[in-house]
Amino acid sequence: MTFFDLARRNVTRHWLRSVLAVVGIVIGVVAIASLGIMGNSIGLMFDDMVSDVGDTLIVSPAMGSGSDRLTDRQVDDIKRAVGSNQVIPFATTVDKITVGGASSGAMIYAIPASDIPSLLETESGGYPRDTGAGCLIGSQLAANSQENGLKLGARVRIGDETLRVVGVLKERGMGFDINPDYAIVVPYAWYSNHYNEKEYDQAIVKVRDVNDIDAVKESIDQRMNRREDTVNVMDTRGILESVFSAADSITVFLMGIGAVSLLVAGVSILNVMLMSVTERIKEIGVLRSIGTRRSEVMRMFIYEALFLGVAGALIGGVLSFGVGYVMTAVLVGNPDFLFNPASLLYIVFGMGFGVFTSVASGLYPAWKAAQLNPIQALRHE
Amino acid sequence: MPVISFDAVRKVYPLPAGDVVALDGVDLAIEEGEFVLIMGPSGSGKSTLLNIMGSLDVPTSGEVTIAEKRISRMDDDELTLLRRDHIGFIFQQFNLIPLLSVVENVEYPLILRGQQNGSRERAQEVLAAVEIAETHFSHKPNELSGGQQQRVAIARALVNDPDFLLCDEPTGNLDSKTGTAIMTLLDRMNREEGKTIVMVTHDPRMTDYADRTIRLVDGRVAE
Repeated sequence: MTFFDLARRNVTRHWLRSVLAVVGIVIGVVAIASLGIMGNSIGLMFDDMVSDVGDTLIVSPAMGSGSDRLTDRQVDDIKRAVGSNQVIPFATTVDKITVGGASSGAMIYAIPASDIPSLLETESGGYPRDTGAGCLIGSQLAANSQENGLKLGARVRIGDETLRVVGVLKERGMGFDINPDYAIVVPYAWYSNHYNEKEYDQAIVKVRDVNDIDAVKESIDQRMNRREDTVNVMDTRGILESVFSAADSITVFLMGIGAVSLLVAGVSILNVMLMSVTERIKEIGVLRSIGTRRSEVMRMFIYEALFLGVAGALIGGVLSFGVGYVMTAVLVGNPDFLFNPASLLYIVFGMGFGVFTSVASGLYPAWKAAQLNPIQALRHE
Repeated sequence: MPVISFDAVRKVYPLPAGDVVALDGVDLAIEEGEFVLIMGPSGSGKSTLLNIMGSLDVPTSGEVTIAEKRISRMDDDELTLLRRDHIGFIFQQFNLIPLLSVVENVEYPLILRGQQNGSRERAQEVLAAVEIAETHFSHKPNELSGGQQQRVAIARALVNDPDFLLCDEPTGNLDSKTGTAIMTLLDRMNREEGKTIVMVTHDPRMTDYADRTIRLVDGRVAE
């Protein structure tokens, strides 16, 4: 029998009351841990996306620069500015395409044939060459146009020329640079020849090292915009950051709510413990009169709070794991994020915070119990 | 050297309506092995005297020596340890700890002293000495009769082998037959074990057991 043992018996003496106090802690721990996991998962998702597309700069003609297109010379300037990083200029247009007997409007991307493989992946077929009359079709366009016969090997008429579909692209999803899922991709040489165009709409810069993004951006600005703004440089990382920082602040806000719920739980423990002290005034008087020191009485009550806190934290920790799994699986779409060390750390953090709150809430009642005058406490009925 | 000695002890409680003098210059000495009664009407200062003897309270002036220690300048921890190591309390209402079993109640003071080893055996030995059946050792106090509870309380008071037992109306909550049995037990402890016993009581029949009686009137020892 120890003070811890005594505390445990006291907690179980009023088990319903203790269970309710523990439930409060459980809710707080789960709220903090699972919201933290969600925030962390969103962060991980961000990192994934940044490593996918965050290495991209998009250079477009500046508004008010008098031109809405990039000239060959400007593209060469960009190439010089970015050094060994790859520059992919492209043009877009919308035209009527005819497959078999059916016609429709379609988005057309014109990209230098040699750059296409580094930008786009094909699902089937190969890539067109600058010299040939080949094209690629986007995955969704292919899926939507099956009954028209728009597929690998089909012929597509644009104006008075015919292109052969040499490849079907993989689905790419929303991109910050180009969205070829519903489009046709043609070699720039063919486009230039067909439409008699020598200029580009935008240029994509693939930066090899994500950490160089800012330097490369700066370098383009230096070279192109020294006297007046001729081009706009947009980095996808910046866009992602602004989107995700909004998500981040929502997470912080939600975790704040979690912390408030733990605070409420702390108040309920405070209440339970104060009740426990009041009910046991006489008992405390007896303990003190037969030689229990103040510090020992205090320890006994802190153990009680610790007991409630640890019980709540353990249950909360297990539940957080479950809730975190559901959240990462359903909301973020990747339950693997749960097993990220930082996510697991949020569970530990939530549990630690739960225990801390309980013990902190128990301090005042424990102190109050320890300060009781033994004579008055003994006389208490 | 007396077990307890009071030297010109005054205890004054400051109240808004004026100071209340509970003890007004008490001198007394209780020698080892004595069985002493403290009697007196309500308000005579019995409770205050008992509290100071039990080192639950300290005098306003004068000096009290308990187990050769002067208590007037002791802090709360020192007073607590004095109670733990030198004084055995026996209360009118038994005051056993409801969460603990009978044997744990007796064991508790040993554990306070950090004696984990052999504490259970020592508790059982003392319980046997106060005639508690072994079948009751694991019961909770409220499962026992009043007389049995008081026996357990006496065992708890004795387990640390205190310098004296301080009893506050120990038979006040018991019927006369059970009360007599308890008094017989205390008497035996005094005669056979040589335990010093100080007992506060209203009951004049208790004088039969005592070596002498100290009467208090208005905070003074009456001659």
